[in-house]
Amino acid sequence: MNRAVDLVIIGGGSAGLSAAKSAYENGLKDILIIERSSELGGILNQCIHNGFGLHKFKEELTGPEYAYKYISFIKENNIPYLLDTLVYSISPKNKEITYSNSEEGYTTLKYKALIFAAGCNERTQGQIMTPGERPNGVFTAGLAQRYLNIDGYLVGKNVYILGSGDIGLIMARRMKLEGANVIGVSEIMPYSNGLNRNIVQCLNDFNIPLRLHNTVTKIHGKNQLEGITISDVDDDLNPIKGSEEFIKCDTLLLSIGLYPFNAMLKNSGAKVNLETKGAYVDQNLETSLDSIFSCGNVLHVHDLVDYVSLESEIAGKNAAKLVLEGRKIYDKVILTSHNENMSYLLPNEIKVYDSVENILFSFRVKKPISKAEILFKDENGNIIEKFNKVDLLPSEMVQLNVSDLPLNDINSLKVEVRAL
Amino acid sequence: MSLNKNKDVFDCLIIGGGVIGCSIARYLSRFNINAILLEKHSDVCEEVSSANSAIVHSGYDPKPGTLKAKFNVLGNKMMEQVCKDLDVPYIKNGSLTIGFNGDDKKTILELIERAKINGVKARFIEKDELHNMEPNLNEECLCALYAEDSAIVSPFELTIAFMENAMDNGVKLSLDSEVINIERDIDNGLYHVYTNKDEFIAKSLVNATGLYSDKILSLIEKPSYKINPRKGEYILLDHFNANFVKHTLFMCPTKVGKGVLVSPTTSYNYIIGPSNELTDIEDTSTDFETLNEIKEVASKLIKNIPYGEVIRTFAGTRPNPDTDDFIIEESKENPLFFNVGGIMSPGLASSPAIGEYVSNLIKEKLNLSENLDYNPIRRKVFKLTSLGKDKYNELIKKDPTYGHIICRCEKVSEGEIIDSIHRNCGARTIKGVKKRLRAGFGKCQGCFCQEEVLKILARELNVDINQIRYKDEGSEILKYPSKGE
Ligand SMILES: Cc1cc2nc3c(=O)[nH]c(=O)nc-3n(C[C@H](O)[C@H](O)[C@H](O)COP(=O)(O)OP(=O)(O)OC[C@H]3O[C@@H](n4cnc5c(N)ncnc54)[C@H](O)[C@@H]3O)c2cc1C
Ligand SMILES: Cc1cc2nc3c(=O)[nH]c(=O)nc-3n(C[C@H](O)[C@H](O)[C@H](O)COP(=O)(O)OP(=O)(O)OC[C@H]3O[C@@H](n4cnc5c(N)ncnc54)[C@H](O)[C@@H]3O)c2cc1C
Repeated sequence: MNRAVDLVIIGGGSAGLSAAKSAYENGLKDILIIERSSELGGILNQCIHNGFGLHKFKEELTGPEYAYKYISFIKENNIPYLLDTLVYSISPKNKEITYSNSEEGYTTLKYKALIFAAGCNERTQGQIMTPGERPNGVFTAGLAQRYLNIDGYLVGKNVYILGSGDIGLIMARRMKLEGANVIGVSEIMPYSNGLNRNIVQCLNDFNIPLRLHNTVTKIHGKNQLEGITISDVDDDLNPIKGSEEFIKCDTLLLSIGLYPFNAMLKNSGAKVNLETKGAYVDQNLETSLDSIFSCGNVLHVHDLVDYVSLESEIAGKNAAKLVLEGRKIYDKVILTSHNENMSYLLPNEIKVYDSVENILFSFRVKKPISKAEILFKDENGNIIEKFNKVDLLPSEMVQLNVSDLPLNDINSLKVEVRAL
Repeated sequence: MSLNKNKDVFDCLIIGGGVIGCSIARYLSRFNINAILLEKHSDVCEEVSSANSAIVHSGYDPKPGTLKAKFNVLGNKMMEQVCKDLDVPYIKNGSLTIGFNGDDKKTILELIERAKINGVKARFIEKDELHNMEPNLNEECLCALYAEDSAIVSPFELTIAFMENAMDNGVKLSLDSEVINIERDIDNGLYHVYTNKDEFIAKSLVNATGLYSDKILSLIEKPSYKINPRKGEYILLDHFNANFVKHTLFMCPTKVGKGVLVSPTTSYNYIIGPSNELTDIEDTSTDFETLNEIKEVASKLIKNIPYGEVIRTFAGTRPNPDTDDFIIEESKENPLFFNVGGIMSPGLASSPAIGEYVSNLIKEKLNLSENLDYNPIRRKVFKLTSLGKDKYNELIKKDPTYGHIICRCEKVSEGEIIDSIHRNCGARTIKGVKKRLRAGFGKCQGCFCQEEVLKILARELNVDINQIRYKDEGSEILKYPSKGE
């Protein structure tokens, strides 16, 4: 069977849903959302804790409640979506995708625009090469969260957590409340990788110790996890001999980072941003491939769903405009760069049209900076815009909506974060 | 506890469900025989056969005249057809044994002479041709021995397919059955084999217990050899680029050792290793120092290996006998007790030849007749990736579960998982599904699909979800129900 739509959205998580809503509100009606799992909402469905929507809706929602706001919009407006359907491949040359499900089989679909919103993956034991055996009992925190919140089971009762990512912190509290013994958290960096509020509310309030500059150096047990060895690390993050400590546990949760699930886009020939591992994009979130946009965790990993929505609205709006109004001519392309205090900066380039709108910049700092200035500089080092910010943390992505940059007058743009 | 006594007298009982035991079972099923295989784990292929380099060596390397040389060369010749019949992934990618200096060149020329004696095709390759064949090689790679008949195979699928095919042809399988004692009745010569829950009686026994073959032998006589386990650690990369390395790259052996290899696998992942360390028999752990050493040695072959693509590290243990050759013989003290022990590398490559040889031996001794119904073909595994669009859609029309993809990294459908559970020697655990279909073997290592696989297993095996295990007893995934809110 061959089909065609104006806009196809790959992924029905908060990014895909927000993008769909915004495309629809911008006048595009022929949309199809394709979601691999059996419901819309993506990762939000398993985040039953509070803390979503503070920025966007000014109220504290759970993950499913936040998702519901968008899902009901999709349903009320009869925006079509497919569930239990996996997108296999994208062919940018033919503007086609292939997908598969039980009803239609292996199907080819033509699109005019595509939004890639496939979310992120959790890093695993293998990726960080944690040595030792490979028993049951080592789970990514997100999988353990799913088993607990969706299926109603704990994967163990004596729990250690590697990595201070937010999901791990939230699971520390969740398992503690379920009666598990949460022994502690090790973080290899000298600072935590989770949101501050999660450190306080999930660890401190429950007296769960956080060991910084410490990591798991051996996994014990052949069939079922029997324990782990943890060690302090030096400034190069190498384990320090003699600092080993054995900890008996039946569960090790990994919360050691997320990475964009970008392989399909990369394999389709999209340029990759080596710092985020997501796509290289312009300010409209269009990738290097014609009419293909990317947003949400597959573009770069977000900590807050509110920011996912804000970003995805940009992709949705611009995809709609592209389909409805056709491609506009731009005068020039300005490449962006950043300084050594930042781990990445989006967008990677700015296309300068006659009417330039607001530009959403996103970045992370490499190290905590308590008082910072953010400088926007042209190719000659002249400051063209400046902001002050406090409490910048690697774990908290910064979004800045900037208007009125003198884009016609500059040829490149460097963003710098400096400690004050 | 009273033992569950099996009334059957088996013609043959095989101990050990590695590639060797399963191959013997498969070739035995060519005859009219009442045979059973006992395996202590919850699945076959859980020990040596599950953690190795997966190379079907060409056979130039073993010393001429040894059993290793004989069965390796034969096994290599048989493997392609075996994999066709059993629908097992196999790629004849050829191997390059690489030299870095004049000494190595000399060794390579000697190895080419040895290849001639073993009857194996081997050719000397100069630098230019070498770098044309493998553009990502380190500049310092000088020359190589090219063995075009070297291949790669999926060791899990091979072992499982041997067992499945054996069962299709009538052999029985008993899992979770650890043999703890063996007795021979001197009156009638029958063997009594005890596990912790069953007693089995058999006319003949095959000891194919890998690392434990000397211990099993010692249950009945003084072993003539001793296994000295040696561990090999590996680093596994994702299938990020099918052209990164095409051949199996060995390093020319030197006085210091055999170096490490870099090779594609049948799913175009890349395997780097193994180390070679004396070890405790139960130890398959990896460690920082060794993994770093492997990286350093491997950089001699390929400079910029993208370690950002690592998805797993693992280790296997070599069942190296102190005799330095395979032990494949009938016991002199205990008739009809066949020892197939110390099957070190190239045991995987040799497995079809060993299976055929041992089963023929048993046939003669027991005077077995041909099984006229024997079917060497295993029912094909429907892989979406290999069927092509039209055939695939026909399949989905008949069985819609094939359209529902569960593992997004390796593109495995619900239909394939259901099929893998209901075949002979079917999957019963999360790891079992992984070994058969690669669901959970990809980049995300199952963080996305494990839950769905677990539910399919529970549904198809008709048990509660909290009964589903990762591997053996005690590794149930869902351990305690939540309090609920
Ligand atoms: C475990 C976790 C906990 C979090 N906790 C919080 C929190 O407490 N507070 C907060 O504000 N934010 C939190 N976040 C951040 C935020 O909620 C998420 O980043 C956001 O929901 C991500 O949205 P997304 O659409 O980019 O990704 P996802 O929600 O992951 O959606 C991507 C969707 O794409 C689908 N998909 C992928 N590939 C394909 C394909 N090939 N074909 C079809 N469909 C496909 C997936 O099935 C998935 O449903 C958390 C994030 C994670 C990962
Ligand atoms: C690091 C490494 C790399 C290798 N690379 C290659 C290669 O590239 N090419 C190649 O050809 N070969 C290679 N080999 C060798 C190859 O893997 C082995 O020769 C082969 O797998 C041995 O198979 P097996 O059946 O004898 O042993 P196993 O697979 O260990 O099978 C023995 C079985 O017996 C069972 N068992 C043991 N005791 C009992 C008991 N008491 N009761 C019931 N069951 C029992 C075990 O659970 C096990 O399943 C390599 C080996 C290693 C370790």
